Amino acid sequence: MTQLSVFINNLLFASAPVHEPIAHSSAQAIMPDPTIHNPSLESYRSDFPILHQEANGGPLVYFDNAATTQKPRAVIDAIVRYYERDNANVHRGLHLLSSRATDAFEGARAKVARYLNAATSEEIIFTRGTTEALNLVANAWGNAYLKQGDVILLTEMEHHSNLVPWQQAAQRTGAVLRFIPLTPSGELDLSQLDKLLTPEVKLLSFTHISNFLGTINPAATLCARARAVGAISVVDAAQSAGHMPLDVQSIGCDFLAFSGHKMCAPTGIGALYGKATVLENTPPWQGGGEMILSVRYESSTYKPAPARFEAGTPNIAGAVGLGAAIDYLESIGRDALRAHDEALAIDAYQRIRALPGYRVVGPTGPRGGLVSFVHESVHPHDLTSYCDQKGLALRGGHHCNQPLMRKLGFPSTSRASFYLYNTAQEINRMIEILAEAHRFFS
Amino acid sequence: MNPDFEELYQQVILDHSKRPRNFGALEDPAVHVDGDNPSCGDEIHLHVRFGDEGQVEDLRFTGVGCAISQASASLMTLKLKGKSKKDALEMLTSFTDVVTAGEHEAPKMLGDLRLLGGVRKFPQRVKCAMLAWRAFEQAMQEASSGKISTE
Repeated sequence: MTQLSVFINNLLFASAPVHEPIAHSSAQAIMPDPTIHNPSLESYRSDFPILHQEANGGPLVYFDNAATTQKPRAVIDAIVRYYERDNANVHRGLHLLSSRATDAFEGARAKVARYLNAATSEEIIFTRGTTEALNLVANAWGNAYLKQGDVILLTEMEHHSNLVPWQQAAQRTGAVLRFIPLTPSGELDLSQLDKLLTPEVKLLSFTHISNFLGTINPAATLCARARAVGAISVVDAAQSAGHMPLDVQSIGCDFLAFSGHKMCAPTGIGALYGKATVLENTPPWQGGGEMILSVRYESSTYKPAPARFEAGTPNIAGAVGLGAAIDYLESIGRDALRAHDEALAIDAYQRIRALPGYRVVGPTGPRGGLVSFVHESVHPHDLTSYCDQKGLALRGGHHCNQPLMRKLGFPSTSRASFYLYNTAQEINRMIEILAEAHRFFS
Repeated sequence: MNPDFEELYQQVILDHSKRPRNFGALEDPAVHVDGDNPSCGDEIHLHVRFGDEGQVEDLRFTGVGCAISQASASLMTLKLKGKSKKDALEMLTSFTDVVTAGEHEAPKMLGDLRLLGGVRKFPQRVKCAMLAWRAFEQAMQEASSGKISTE
């Protein structure tokens, strides 16, 4: 009679028997390189002031990092220092503070370029975050190049941010959407690519790591396949930029978008990488100050990229914070970050799956630093509220993946997502709390 | 464990969420209202048959959602069945007050519905408790405007 049992029966994922060992063929790939497996990053934990507090009477366990990460002292200090010493508008003032602010802002751009291995800093456009970056591509590039009958190829696991802008672009231009389906284990069904990647496909946009399933998509392969039919490729790196090495040249993408706040930087700052040859031929999106060469009453001319795409006073302090976050993450090393987050996620995945009453979602193999799960009879909101009462911060909801969740028959799930300051002890605590919740609600 | 949380999720609420009463559809001509909380995916499909005087002759619901939303719907159907239009309206107003307004004593006529008053301490969950009631309010409006659908 419980409504939950209805959708539990519809689960496509985690359909393997609960204790089934992971298929052997993928075991190699599941465990990260043993030399860097589960590196202790615990010494970095003290860099995050917010973590050292109680929440609802227990120590705070912050497992909502896929939504936003916490900020280290180095980033907070960089923002404070900027406002205390250097604050001015950029690119226009003929005074000391303005040149300091400009240096700080452009210095941050150079850091982003280096972080992504872009060929030049001019390929980095500052945006409010991933969402704005994707909207920029959908509007500026989309309006110029998409036309009736063209195909925008997406995947079935896109965040709303990488779906809704393309729906709007399709409405404006007459292009149509097509989706790469998923396998039962929650990975892209690449066997469908031959059929889907027809000459009408003008653009492929996909998430690098699914914020709901944890799936890591083969970015370089997908971009190469798109290139082969003359389509441009767009990577939504919101869940990967702060968690693993990224090299836009080896991925071979035309655009890549990410958010600062999911990688230790403040909210309201992110970036769009655009390949120089593509940006050169893309008209501006928003108009205003900063992006113009010359303005007359009737018409204007525009600067080259990146300024062409940065109308208005930018988020200077945010960019400074993002630069500081990049320095901080690089001091830890992104291979170590990746190994740490994945080790926690795989441990959590295995142990939640073994708990009575719980099912996990998404592939058993390599994954981003997150796990979505459901209880067979407790609604995710009740479960997430219960965890909150114990100081454990999870996300409960549709994770901005409504079409996929609807397709799979989930009204929502709970999600635990990890970052460099999380520990194996915190995973133990979560497992205890989930086991208690099972008893509390049954 | 926070006592407020235990008070809210006590046995009665959990029981109603797991074994909802009056779960299903009404076959006779009835007002049918779909309510949902888009941000969390909770759904209530409410069927109400009103009498000539606007009295609640019968009501049933189906839905998916958290324990609070489903228990609130289940308890609501038990409480509203057979009520006159005036009493049903009063119940709606009282319940709304209990879950949204200040700390005042919940009126006795609400019975077990008073247990949901604890949701006040969890502001993000108030909309869960109110979902079925907003659907009922809409059903009353549709009934008085003569909009009746058959199921």
